[in-house]
Amino acid sequence: MYGKGILKSLKVTWIRFWETYTEDISWMLRGKKRYNTEEGIRHRSSKDTKGIFTVQYPEEQLIIPEEMRYVPFLVYDEGADGKHEVRCTSCGICAKVCPPQCIWIVRTNDPVTNRPVPVPTDFYIDMDICMNCGFCAEYCPFDAIKMDHDFDIASYGRSVYDIDKLLKPASYYAGIRPENYAREEGARKAKEAAKAAKAQAAAAAAAPAA
Amino acid sequence: MTTASLTTTVDLAARFPGKVSADARPGYTGFIVNKESLVEVATAVRDEFSFDLMTAVTAVDYIAENKMEVVYHAFKTTGGAGLIFKVQVERVDPIEVPSLIEIWPGVDFQEREAWDLYGIKFTGHPDLRRILMWEGFEGHPLRKDWKEPFYEEDVKPYKSRWPDGKHTFAEEKNPFRDNLNFPEGFDPDKYVVDKEEDLYMSLERDTTKDVEGNMKTDHIVVNMGPHHPSTHGVLRVAVTLDGETIIGLKPVMGYLHRNHDKIGERNTYLQIIPYTDRLDYFNSMSNNFGYAITVEKLMNIQVAERAEYIRVIMAELSRVQNHLIFIGMLMNDLGTMYTPSLYAFEERELILDIFEAVSGARMMCNYFRFGGVVRDIPDDVLQKIKGLVSERIPAKTDEMERFLNENEILVARLKDIHVLNAEDAIKYSVTGPVLRAAGVPYDLRRADPYSVYDRFDFDVAVRHNGDMMDNYLIRFDEIRQSLRILEQALKQIPQGPINSQKPAYQVRVPAGEAYGRIESPKGELGFYMVSNGKPNPYRYHVRPASFVNLTAVESMCKGSKIADFVALLAMLDIVMGELDR
Repeated sequence: MYGKGILKSLKVTWIRFWETYTEDISWMLRGKKRYNTEEGIRHRSSKDTKGIFTVQYPEEQLIIPEEMRYVPFLVYDEGADGKHEVRCTSCGICAKVCPPQCIWIVRTNDPVTNRPVPVPTDFYIDMDICMNCGFCAEYCPFDAIKMDHDFDIASYGRSVYDIDKLLKPASYYAGIRPENYAREEGARKAKEAAKAAKAQAAAAAAAPAA
Repeated sequence: MTTASLTTTVDLAARFPGKVSADARPGYTGFIVNKESLVEVATAVRDEFSFDLMTAVTAVDYIAENKMEVVYHAFKTTGGAGLIFKVQVERVDPIEVPSLIEIWPGVDFQEREAWDLYGIKFTGHPDLRRILMWEGFEGHPLRKDWKEPFYEEDVKPYKSRWPDGKHTFAEEKNPFRDNLNFPEGFDPDKYVVDKEEDLYMSLERDTTKDVEGNMKTDHIVVNMGPHHPSTHGVLRVAVTLDGETIIGLKPVMGYLHRNHDKIGERNTYLQIIPYTDRLDYFNSMSNNFGYAITVEKLMNIQVAERAEYIRVIMAELSRVQNHLIFIGMLMNDLGTMYTPSLYAFEERELILDIFEAVSGARMMCNYFRFGGVVRDIPDDVLQKIKGLVSERIPAKTDEMERFLNENEILVARLKDIHVLNAEDAIKYSVTGPVLRAAGVPYDLRRADPYSVYDRFDFDVAVRHNGDMMDNYLIRFDEIRQSLRILEQALKQIPQGPINSQKPAYQVRVPAGEAYGRIESPKGELGFYMVSNGKPNPYRYHVRPASFVNLTAVESMCKGSKIADFVALLAMLDIVMGELDR
């Protein structure tokens, strides 16, 4: 019969249409909120989702996975007296590995000895050029540059970020990437402990000889 | 690595003594053919040795040796290793090489590309015009002595970035117009593209024609695009029409051209990976895959076992979502606006969520590294993939079939339209689902297995009519086969490291050449690379499936209606990011 296929198609759209209501009603009957709650958004992006699928940005936002990467930022540790201890040593690996070459670093030289000091004088990232690949964060040996989750950065002008705009505290980093932060801190503590143990062993070995 | 290497058992040098010699440069394979006997040798390659599929034609500029080399990669549609042969010519203009278009019509666009970017004249080519650059352009940009606007240095990393890197805008340092070569007497405001005439003249047409009833009608030339919503981006097509029937047709491309090859040659090996994401931006995982395989071949390294499985899982998920989108977009172009495509987008969304969780980005994944992948799949994500693969996507694929396949309007639009037979498909170097829908069971995952594809039990999807309907249905078959592979991969995936190499931002690549290819969702995605041992590739060439598949478009749509051409473009599944590079 001509038209049977079209009716079949319409059946599928009808079921889909029906589900948008039955799904909402079933959530309501269970006393749960399907919209504007984390649970609802999580369910809508799971394999069992049915009915309305969309997330109403900006009122609702998708749950961002930890590994999500946007533009880079620099991490600083907060010292005892509130001093910013910038992790970056201006070694330049991020600037070298950057595919579109959007990182500019000014290394600091000691005014007396004229030797490099491991702190950057300035650090520019041209966010209009950055392609969000994450290589800088991946290859930084000091965990000093990381990828941000903050993606609402549209602006009217050009976005060249300098060091003041790039620096964010380690606590912020721990907030957006808790697992990565815990792993890196663990590795760092282990490294420091190994170093201390080695120094202790060396001291112990040196002591009887002296 | 289990990938079959491109070594070949055919000895062309023994067959053609004095005309062909083996390529003896260290790291190189294949044969060097004398320019004069190229056509003779190529004919023998096709007819005697039955290498019927000419996949890649490209050139390399060996400026130090004052040589220009044209490289041909021929394969058999029955599978197995390929045959590489090369022609070397003096690097003095005019550089002339005989065209092989008579033997393999599929070289058409690729020879035009080599003319455009390298300035190699293919004598005997009937329509040797620029293809990616615009018609008034001066110079051949892939030559080693050509410099682009805002040129800074030959290779990255640029020295101005560190240790004294003061940020500057490129256009301030190097103002526009001061860094460009214009043809003599060129004024952009007054310039009229006179070369357009060449394009229109290349179209087949009669001035008048007798139609039934003896009414005289003129053929008209219509430009579709570049701003046309159904051309999937900025593709322009010049068509001659007799009423609504297509008489002649030429695609015009390059509106999204950025010289990906040249950018690649400026980059280090690692820096190219995120750029490959932007080729076929629906399938960045597959692009990464092809590129990583090529460089691993050059470096001669093994890939970590677990990483191989992760790669396969990602590539197949990518294929599933690509084909779903294909179905949705085909419907859009047929006039079923949005409902099927949004149904498809729902499933794609769930797959992109997985990509985001493992790689950090939904589309520009940048997930593969030489020797493995960046990071492991977390367990919860693995569970989510399992749920999608075993429950959701099979159910939704069935639903999609119920939704569309029997619909009478759809069948009327697709059945017996734009038939491509197997012979023509091979002749025009068509690969991927379009070739398989024409009845050639040629799938690189089987024909020349790479990665761990030889460990999975799956069928090569094939259909036999070669019309639009088969091209549409074969995508469903491929989704099902991909799901089969995924199920097995998810079961077999071993524990272990995810990269066989130490993380390094600078890799050592020995001198030599390599051609790596994978079955991307659109067809054969090939990378031809030449290394000279430096941190940057000497030659980096992409052989995109969309670009070469488009060669067949003219012969496919002659005699059919213009409205069906829109559907044909959707069916070829072209992506401009890959096509224009």
